[in-house]
Amino acid sequence: MTTVINLSYIVASILFIFGLQMLGRVETARRGNMISAVGMLLAIIATLLLGGLDYIWIIVGLVVGGAIGWWTAAVVKMTQMPEMVALFNGSGGLASMLVGWAEYIHQPNPGVVTSIAIFFAVLVGAVAFTGSMVAWAKLAERMTGKPIQFKGQQPVNALIVGSSLVLGVIFIITPATTYPLLLIVILLSLFLGVLAVIPIGGADMPIVISLMNSYSGVAALAAGFVIQNNVLIVAGTLVGASGLILTNIMCKAMNRSLANVLFSGFGAVTTAGTMKVEGEVKPITAEDAYYILEAASSVIFVPGYGMAVAQAQHAVKELADLLEKNGAEVRYVIHPVAGRMPGHMNVLLAEANVPYEQLVEPDDVNPTMEMVDVAVVIGANDVVNPAAREDESSPLYGMPIINVDHARTAFVLKRSMNPGFSGVDNPLFFKPNTRMLFGDAKTSISTLASEFKEAAAAA
Amino acid sequence: MTMLLLLFIFVLSVFLGLELIGKVPSQLHTPLMSGSNAISGISIVGALAATAIHGTFGTVLAVLAVAFATINVVGGYLVTDRMLAMFKTGKKD
Repeated sequence: MTTVINLSYIVASILFIFGLQMLGRVETARRGNMISAVGMLLAIIATLLLGGLDYIWIIVGLVVGGAIGWWTAAVVKMTQMPEMVALFNGSGGLASMLVGWAEYIHQPNPGVVTSIAIFFAVLVGAVAFTGSMVAWAKLAERMTGKPIQFKGQQPVNALIVGSSLVLGVIFIITPATTYPLLLIVILLSLFLGVLAVIPIGGADMPIVISLMNSYSGVAALAAGFVIQNNVLIVAGTLVGASGLILTNIMCKAMNRSLANVLFSGFGAVTTAGTMKVEGEVKPITAEDAYYILEAASSVIFVPGYGMAVAQAQHAVKELADLLEKNGAEVRYVIHPVAGRMPGHMNVLLAEANVPYEQLVEPDDVNPTMEMVDVAVVIGANDVVNPAAREDESSPLYGMPIINVDHARTAFVLKRSMNPGFSGVDNPLFFKPNTRMLFGDAKTSISTLASEFKEAAAAA
Repeated sequence: MTMLLLLFIFVLSVFLGLELIGKVPSQLHTPLMSGSNAISGISIVGALAATAIHGTFGTVLAVLAVAFATINVVGGYLVTDRMLAMFKTGKKD
């Protein structure tokens, strides 16, 4: 029987590998996800064959967890996807932590290697759990999205990490007699997850989510060493690696190092750009905006978190269809860190039936931006801020942006003149070819769309 | 020896993972993240096995682990599928 179980684990690992590979291409992604789910099912069934398990309680756990998971996945709105991913991620981290802990209860005098694995499983699992929960609270706006910082924050964090490591070493050397130390490590790690994420601002959430994703993989990996199980090691490592790669992509897209994101509390740094912002803000009415759009032959949309907040994706798609009918070429330029998680905007636009061929990356458009008649910026701010290019003193300086200020005309849809999430002023609003369309993004877009429809009806 | 073998598997998996996910188009970042997030629920295997532990507290921990891992697995896969179902090609009908 053990042979069957172990062979099943190998097959499950292969399915995970193929599944992940297929997730990397649009055409095969959905099937890839299913293949990986089959692998998971296989691993679960194989484990149930172990015998001697507490099947009644297993059923209770599976039913309760399955119902919660199914229900939340079924009702979640696409705009809430970032917090959902954070929530699922947190429960995975917590599960790995509990596995490490339970194994110690089971076998209170483990060998050195197992002790190391238990220590890492509870440490990383706990950080992934509470870190994801704080990320969830920030994304769901249950708490402020602004960085929370206090004096001596970093020494406190360092102290917690340091003491966890010291306690961990003592635990690893004498695991049989130091159960209380393991409990303290668990508590400290839970606390550490909170402290690590509260100083990170909402705009940096794509990085945090990717990183937490990576941690939950590492926690599963450590749990794999605890129970000496190869499928946990393979799957955990794959997740850890993919999370790390995504984190790296996000950091590059913001031109910042991971250390900078984790420790600087972006936006809390009040080094506002010293460059003088010149020019004046020129508002435009929806009617005038319509005339400009009507004459345009190349239009790009640049969505940001504001589009998600206003739930404007369907209205945007409607306007885009009308523009295409009017003979314009329409593209959506998506910055890698627009929104609150990697690929956030892509998911929302896909929900509105925007074909993915029209979704392009900044590098595809920037070189020919001069040929774009109108760039419509919807609730995006930092990713179109020319200060990132021009103002060396700006905290955004060096971040690759979408150069909408080089387009013939840029419409900026905005609720008011408040600066973006990073709290940095945006010189784009003062450029001569920028027009501000104030008001709720969804309403503004719908008004533009109805102008097109009226004109079509009148013709 | 088992530990060394597991370590060997781990090292190979690191390279495999980095190679596998090296270049992914940005539109798939979210599905990739939530899909790999679902895979991290693999700790359900450890959780199930841990229910073999005798003693109330150990069982409580194990059952909690099963429940949380299941949330991660079921929710993760379903949400990823929901997202991917929306990605459509633009060949207009």
